[in-house]
Amino acid sequence: MRYRYFIPMIVLVGIVALLAYTLNRGWSTQPEDDPTYVPSPLIGKTVPAFDLAVLATPPAEPPARFTQADLKGRPAVINFFASWCVACRDEHPFLMQLAHGDQVSIIGIDYKDTPQAARRLLGEHGDPYHLILEDPEGAMGLNWGVYGIPETYLVDAHGIVRYKQVGPMTPAAWRKHFQPLLEAAR
Amino acid sequence: MIVELGHFALMLALGVALVQAVAPLIGWFRHDARLMATATSAARAQFVAIVVSYLCLTWAFISKDFSVAYVAQNNYSEMPFIYRLTAVWGAHEGSMLLWVLVLAGWTFAVSVFNRRLPSDMRALVLSVLGFVSIGFLAFVLLTSDPFTRLFPVPADGSGLNPILQDPGMASHPPMLYMGYVGFSVAFAFAIAALITGRLDAAWARWARPWTTAAWVFLTLGITIGSWWSYHVLGWGGWWFWDPVENASFMPWLAGTALIHSLAVTEKRGLLKSWTVLLSILAFSLCLFGTFLVRSGVLVSVHAFASDPSRGLFVLGFIGAVVGVSLALYAWRAPRFKADGELRLWSREGFLLFNNVFLAAACGAVLLGELYPLIVNAVSTSKISVGPPYFNTVFFPLFGPLFVLLGFAGVVAWKRAQLRTIVQRLRIPLLLALVAAAVLPFALVGKTAVTAAAGGLLAVWIITTAVAELWRWVRSRNSAVAGLKSISRATWGMTLAHIGMAVCLIGISFNSAFSIERDARMAPGAVEHLSGYDFSLGEVHAAEGPNYTALIATVYVVKDGERIATLHPQKRTFRPGGQEQTDAGVAKGALRDLYVSLGNDFGNGTWGLRMYVEPLVRFIWYGGLLMFIGGGLAATDPRYRLARAARRVRVAADAAAETA
Amino acid sequence: MMTRRRRRLAAVSVLVLGVGAAAALALTAFNKNITYFYTPTDLYEQHITSHAVMDLGGLVQKGSIVHGAGMEISFIVTDCTRTIPVRYTGVLPDLFRDGQGVVATGRLNGDGSFVASRILAKHDSSYMPENVAARVKQADAEGRRNCGEFKSMQPTSASVAPLVRAEKHG
Repeated sequence: MRYRYFIPMIVLVGIVALLAYTLNRGWSTQPEDDPTYVPSPLIGKTVPAFDLAVLATPPAEPPARFTQADLKGRPAVINFFASWCVACRDEHPFLMQLAHGDQVSIIGIDYKDTPQAARRLLGEHGDPYHLILEDPEGAMGLNWGVYGIPETYLVDAHGIVRYKQVGPMTPAAWRKHFQPLLEAAR
Repeated sequence: MIVELGHFALMLALGVALVQAVAPLIGWFRHDARLMATATSAARAQFVAIVVSYLCLTWAFISKDFSVAYVAQNNYSEMPFIYRLTAVWGAHEGSMLLWVLVLAGWTFAVSVFNRRLPSDMRALVLSVLGFVSIGFLAFVLLTSDPFTRLFPVPADGSGLNPILQDPGMASHPPMLYMGYVGFSVAFAFAIAALITGRLDAAWARWARPWTTAAWVFLTLGITIGSWWSYHVLGWGGWWFWDPVENASFMPWLAGTALIHSLAVTEKRGLLKSWTVLLSILAFSLCLFGTFLVRSGVLVSVHAFASDPSRGLFVLGFIGAVVGVSLALYAWRAPRFKADGELRLWSREGFLLFNNVFLAAACGAVLLGELYPLIVNAVSTSKISVGPPYFNTVFFPLFGPLFVLLGFAGVVAWKRAQLRTIVQRLRIPLLLALVAAAVLPFALVGKTAVTAAAGGLLAVWIITTAVAELWRWVRSRNSAVAGLKSISRATWGMTLAHIGMAVCLIGISFNSAFSIERDARMAPGAVEHLSGYDFSLGEVHAAEGPNYTALIATVYVVKDGERIATLHPQKRTFRPGGQEQTDAGVAKGALRDLYVSLGNDFGNGTWGLRMYVEPLVRFIWYGGLLMFIGGGLAATDPRYRLARAARRVRVAADAAAETA
Repeated sequence: MMTRRRRRLAAVSVLVLGVGAAAALALTAFNKNITYFYTPTDLYEQHITSHAVMDLGGLVQKGSIVHGAGMEISFIVTDCTRTIPVRYTGVLPDLFRDGQGVVATGRLNGDGSFVASRILAKHDSSYMPENVAARVKQADAEGRRNCGEFKSMQPTSASVAPLVRAEKHG
């Protein structure tokens, strides 16, 4: 056996090791793998200002407005969704369950969407929201640092952001993060 | 129901692939002809199952079945029909299904066209392809199942990424996959050669058309990709040395080297183990490309959503496939004996140089690709290796290659005659020197060192290639008889080499003379750019099938005459509002005028980016010529008559050893 | 007439020479042409004053974008700890805006600002270079949140997340 025929093999081993190392490293720094990591600088701060039209069925003319001032007085769960958002389907049944449980009122932000599409969606699958606001241009989403819906924020009675859930809401996340804070804020 | 059928067909295909991989291998060990023969039927059955599976997914897209998660993520009710078809491979899961479909297609083709192959060779080749297929089918089924259902069912999908809603991008991935996967056939032949220990002229003749065919598709895929990025990305370039572009370019370099070393192995029985190694490397680089695109290891224009578990799977698969084959190589390759002596001063010697330069270029690209990862692994600094590195390394390596190209047809096998070479290359050299001086002025009206050098080399390549054909024709009684006597493979080689030259002209002239200007313009404003006056007309909104667009009108005037009206667009796609630029291009053989619409400054002024791109189209014309040339070479009837030539070549110098 | 052995030697030495030349070429090219990536904090902490071409990564500080005459633009890049003013002339990528992650390629200027020749922004609304993400995370953990509200980072959800470039040659 001649050694030079092993050279390609050695090079391969080196390259694979390098790639595996990089992959592993990239993996551990990705926040999605750390469910407790919440990369939002908003936490502990007053909610950014917003002023959006309320989505009413049937449509009201002119539509009622809702601003950050209207949030004060009681804790609120704010959920960014859209009819085109596929991951939002995942959390929808759970949101319905929460809505039926009556322990909290959820405010839905219809993100970069049309009222018609949102009405059609909620008509078909049920409406878990206490109130829905229209954010057709995504302006509120931009100010709130939304980077991929669904996202759900917990705002306390003083209008301070307490927690942010990225991705679909799950029963586990709800119990772990939302319920304790909600009870504390009550 | 249809969707479940598709899923089931895919699992069935995996089962069949297992049979296709294992049964013939056992058959080969036991010398059981019937077991070996199962390979052919298994390959065909697998192909049918995957076609069914693929059609089912396509059906889900056509019928807008949003209960399928993958469809919901990449389809949208307003999307034009054609993009609903191409959306099937618009994201990771579907593109992997396309990948296995293409693999099954190549395997099917092998089972059809290589019926005359000795049964052991055919069985082993199909077995290796079966193993590759197992890996990818398992990958699809375990980590990237496109048939997963979604509940509750969304009312509408979230739409295909707008960047993919373009004819160029729609056809780029299938072509690239045809190329990538095509090299699996060359790989399978190499492994079969290692297992049987049989590597002769006949083997090379079987492997050659498959390798060339894969190369042809890869060439086309890269050409289309380049054209698409020029057209859609809005910054006027045709190649960016982007990590993912490089990932498709490395197999191309290795494949090009392989095509040439296969010629040496066939004609002279030399470079055997090198040819086998190149076959393995070309396919490994294809797998490596897939890994890079899908693992998120590198940040790139084209990177798919990073998913470490997928990355790990592909990496493990690469490690297994390449590891096993290189181990096999280390074990078996030393037994391949050269049928003679390699002289450098001969065609095979020149082809060896060709291989050295191509392999070095490939290695340099690979090094540039991996270097940031190495630095990042050993230190905390983060670096990127950009176009300057690739340009400085690449062109010095490719320059000599272009010089060598001129000798392609002139240098004889075994031993070259200096006198003949000088005699035949005098006139081409003279013409090339004249061209270097004249061509830039003739085509663009000015000159530059890059363009002169490019012109020199290109004309050198073209004239030597044509002169060789001409000499051949003249040696016959009549021109018709002469032209007829030229083999298809020779036509193919000549065309491909000319294509390379045309591409070279495009690259050198474009890099020397392309001009770019960014400007903030109000309607009516005029910018002067290299003799052209660009003026902005109005900017108006328009509706597309699933997007709204801002369309600017830009007039181009030269010498007081309006020569083009361009309509660069900025499109906002529903749903989600992703933006996409679409450049306005006035195409011309000798120059493109190119405008893309930039940002809105709000007070009626717009950012515009204007380019004058001389000869940029030559780059893609060259790619097309290489595609056609390769196609001719791959379909040369000589390969079909392989049976007649199955005599084992008697080595001229049997005593020669590679020690 | 050369002997076989000598011919082999010649062949091998030519190959070694070729590969060696290529390697030498690659290494020199690396020396001159790699681009280091820094965040504003890196520049400060490592006392970088080099005028070599480098990549600067960070977030566009909210409200810092100022359009000058023609295509000139200036803005501040921050990693939530340090900031650096950036100047650029040219067409901007589509999604260049407040709070967005950017990578600017260019050189440090003598006056402590950065002159960019190329700006990259991610087409998807969620791009942040890995190093910047680490810095921001760190700033977050230490309770320094001087970025204002910015868009956080997240691996993309879209299948293809292209970088959009704006590039100015020369």
